[in-house]
Order: sequence, then structure tokens, then C-alpha cells
Amino acid sequence: MATTTVTTNEVPQRRVAPTGLALAWHRFKKSLRSPTPYLTVFGIFLWFFTYWLLCEGLQLPRFVKIPGPVTIISEWFSTNPSQGISIFTPEYYHHIAVSCRRIAIAFFLATAIGVPLGLLMGWSRAFHDYTFPILETLRPIPILAWVPLAILMFQGYETPVIFLATLASLFVTTLNTMLGVQSIDEAYFRAAGCLGSSKWDVFKHVVVPGALPYIFTGLQISIGVAWFSLVAAEMVSGDYGLGYLILSSYVNGVTVPMVIGMLTLGFVGWFTSVLVRMIGDRLMQWHVRALALQGR
Amino acid sequence: MNIAIPGQPSPVQGLAPVAKPTRGQISIKNVTKIYDPEGVNVMAVDDCSMEIAAGEVCMIVGPSGCGKTTLLNAIAGFHSITSGEIRLDGELLCGPGKPKADQGADRIVVFQHGALFPWKTLAENVAYGPMVQGKLSKKDALEKAHFKLAEAGLGDFGGKYPGEVSSGMARRAEIVRALINDPAVLLLDEPYRAMDALTKSIMHESLLEVYDRTKVTIFFITHDLDEAIFLGDKVYVVTTRPCRLKKTVEVKLPRPRNFEMLSSEEFRVLVSEINEAVHEEAIKAFQSGEREMA
Repeated sequence: MATTTVTTNEVPQRRVAPTGLALAWHRFKKSLRSPTPYLTVFGIFLWFFTYWLLCEGLQLPRFVKIPGPVTIISEWFSTNPSQGISIFTPEYYHHIAVSCRRIAIAFFLATAIGVPLGLLMGWSRAFHDYTFPILETLRPIPILAWVPLAILMFQGYETPVIFLATLASLFVTTLNTMLGVQSIDEAYFRAAGCLGSSKWDVFKHVVVPGALPYIFTGLQISIGVAWFSLVAAEMVSGDYGLGYLILSSYVNGVTVPMVIGMLTLGFVGWFTSVLVRMIGDRLMQWHVRALALQGR
Repeated sequence: MNIAIPGQPSPVQGLAPVAKPTRGQISIKNVTKIYDPEGVNVMAVDDCSMEIAAGEVCMIVGPSGCGKTTLLNAIAGFHSITSGEIRLDGELLCGPGKPKADQGADRIVVFQHGALFPWKTLAENVAYGPMVQGKLSKKDALEKAHFKLAEAGLGDFGGKYPGEVSSGMARRAEIVRALINDPAVLLLDEPYRAMDALTKSIMHESLLEVYDRTKVTIFFITHDLDEAIFLGDKVYVVTTRPCRLKKTVEVKLPRPRNFEMLSSEEFRVLVSEINEAVHEEAIKAFQSGEREMA
């Protein structure tokens, strides 16, 4: 276990709550005293060990064709990769950058359209009745099925890709925002009414902040959805992107870059969703502080 | 905080008596409300009439789910009524041709589970009314809110979110949020229901203190008999659903009131007088076994 300089019998002094980096450092130090980081590390180790055992250790039938962790990692960190992709090739970063840019635009568009749409759907019964059936019909259609239509609808390579990723995350954002508005306790609307609010006041001071926790849950899911729609979306593009890397590696039968692409996409996706969560926490101090008091 | 200490004069004593209140007179005439939730008519309020004088503390006592809240909702303008009429200071709130009252800052509700906006600090909550009504700029409203909170003994908590303070403090801040608008009537819907007895007693003292200071008309729903007698000028006992007036009792305990009165002979006589009527209704409500309705 990590040793800390703070003696345990010292009564902690109430002081100004740390913010920013200091807060992050405080959380990190605190987490070292909990089992979480150790279990996480052990969990990752266990996962990799099983993976290695199946593919490279025991070399079980069927698994033997799958690139094992040692192969992947040595290729990933190789200065001279045999299958073309490693952290030392500029191409690798180009794939990441292109995908990030597409996701950023798609996520921005989906948020800019989905949040207002969801707010209106949750707030206005009539608007809900107009739009909900259409949304519910379109929502289950897999992004892959939209690919041909996207190509027909839009010119070039970039627009259809962004359209597809936007579409994927739009539904999640809209639905969650709508549920967020519907989850607001009726008493807040009544209280606002009593206190002399106009409709716009209610929208600004009750509907939007009340739905915010759901909106950010939705945004965290929606950025994830945008990432996993990427393989389908980047089918359209003929040059770069992590989704394209995965797909083209598969088509060309080079499995190692494919797995590198998959893992990279996973990590970058995880990072972006942490980013969204951090923005959310910043905007919802009331929510964070209430949860902190419950010890969460 | 302003808690009366027995044996010491309450801070309001000795001050010139507040001028006789002139607003907040509510007249409820033959009000009936029928709900139609699933094709079955449910009568929540049946031909209920009450006259509440300006500046009176009116306590409505009845079993849970009897339709008391329906009456409050009709006054506040959350629900319509089926027939009858309700007037505030002579002006029609709802009645024939206008089944639902407009919501307005002259009648402010303090809710059972509290309805401070959790995303606003206590000060922002209190400042909300004057701000949205355009009476004060945001800055002035916040300044006034801090002042009003300090007056209620919540000076240190203006910057806290409702989720960070105790339920007792939150409820007091909610009353401050209502009073900053200078309402004619304060409508309280079992605001202390979920509180323990100790917190409740502090809440009572603070509400009494507020009342002595403002003389605002209070329409208070409860099923706690002691609470009703201790706070009220008049106690209306209502029947189980549909809500009908069963008994009206005037409470002539002197004001300002303090905790010694809870053990006085007069108080006990009043309790026993009302208890029988309430108990009867409680049994009826229990036997009907219906699920509580808001």
C-alpha cells in the first residue's frame, strides 16, 4: 500500500475545498487508499493474461490465428512495424486526428440539434406528439443501413461520414434530454408558477437546469455511440480514420493493425467520455456537491 | 436564529402591535371537485365552504388523502374546481366560468417535500421571485435575498445549495423565498410532515415568529393535531374523502405563543375537543383502505 504522510489520528481540518488540479491530485491520493486502483490494475492484468494464454500461451485452435497481446504490443511500440502501423508512424496519428475531428463535429451537431429538440419534446406535449413516433421509428435502424442513403444524399467523403456519426448520437441525446425534462418533479414547475414566472422563465430556470443531469448522461452515452458508429461511417471514406483503419485492415487480412485500431478507438473513446463527464460536473456543481455529501 | 426562550420575552413582545392585516381574506363557497382519472368519478371535495379572515392562521386537519390538498391546489391555481367559487380579498380566483385560478405571487405554496430549486443556491432561490417578476434586478434581488436569509437566521447559508443543508433549513429558506414576494396568503401543504419531532418544534417556533412579524394569512394543511392547535387561530376538521367540513374550532390561545402553552390546560382541552372528531375520520379513512391520493 502507498504510504501517506498524513497520520490517521489527526482530525482533518475543514478548509476551502480544492479545485482544478489540486482537486484531481487530492482525488488521486484518496483513491490510492481505496482498493479501486489495485483492483483495476489486477483486473487489467487478468484480462491480458487470459488473452495471452488463449492466443499465445496455450495456442488453442481458432485462437492461434488471432494476434496475441505480445505480438500486438511489440508491433504497436515498434519503431519499424512490419504491418505499417505503430506509435512511431505518422499515419497512426493521422488516423486518430481525422477520426477525432469527425467525432467532434458530429457530436457538436448532435448536441446542438438533440438537446433543444429533446427539451421541446419533454416540455411541449404537442411537440412530443408530433415528433416522438418518427424518432422512435428511426432510432432502432442500425447506422450501417444508412450508409447507402448517406452516400446518395451527400457529396464527397467527409459529409456522409459526419452525417452518419451525427445520426447515431442524435437519437441518444434527444431521448435522454426528453426523459430528463419528464423526470423533473412537478413541484418545481408549480413553485416557479407561484413565484410569478413567465413561460420563458420556467424554461430557463426549471426545464434546462432540471434536465441537465440526464442531458449529460445522454451526452456521455452519445459520444460513445458516435465512436462505435465510426466503423460503419468510415466505410464511406476511402483514406483515413480509425474506423477505416479497422475496416481496411480486415479487408486486407492484416489483423495486427486492426486490433491496434480497435484498442486505440477504445482508449480515445474512453478519454472523450471522461471529458464530457468533467464538463458536466463543472456545470452541475449543485449535483456534484449533493452527491459528494452522500459519499459518492 | 430566533428561538423563544421560556421565561424571556419574545423579541416581538413589547413592540407596537402590527397594524390589523387588511389583505389575504379567503372565501371558499360551496366548492366541489370531482376527479375523473379513469372513467370513474372520484369526488375529492364536496360542497366545502370556509371563511378565512385576513391575517388568520387557518389549519385544515384531516386524514391523509382526504382531499385537503385538492382544496389548496384550487386556491393556488394548480387544479380546477368543478363547482362553487373561491375569492381572495373579494376578487374571484375561480368559480363559474373560470374553473382554474391563475397562478400568482399573491398566493405562494410551500410544498410537502420542499421545492427549492436544487440547482440554485438558497440566495438564488430566494431572489428568484422578485427577479422573474421584474421587481428587482438580479443583483438587487440577490442582495435582498441575503438580507432576508440573515433575518431568518440563515445568513451563513446563502451560498449553499439546497442539497447541502438540512431539511429544516431548506424548509425555512423556502418560507423566506415565499415571503420575500410579500404574498397575501401563504399556502403550506404539510410542510413538516417528514420531520422528526425535535426539528418540527423548531420549525413551529420559527413559523410563529414569522407570522408575528408579518401577519400574513396562512392556510396550513396538516394531520398533526398538536401542530394545528399550537399554530392556528382556527382549526377546520374535514372528513375523509370526499372532503367536507366537519367541525370548526377557534383557538383562543394568546399570541405570541411559546412552548409552555403546549402543556397548558387550555391546550389540552382543545386537543380533546378536536381529537374525537379527527379520530372518527381517521378510522373511516383507514377502513376505506384506499390508497392515498395527492
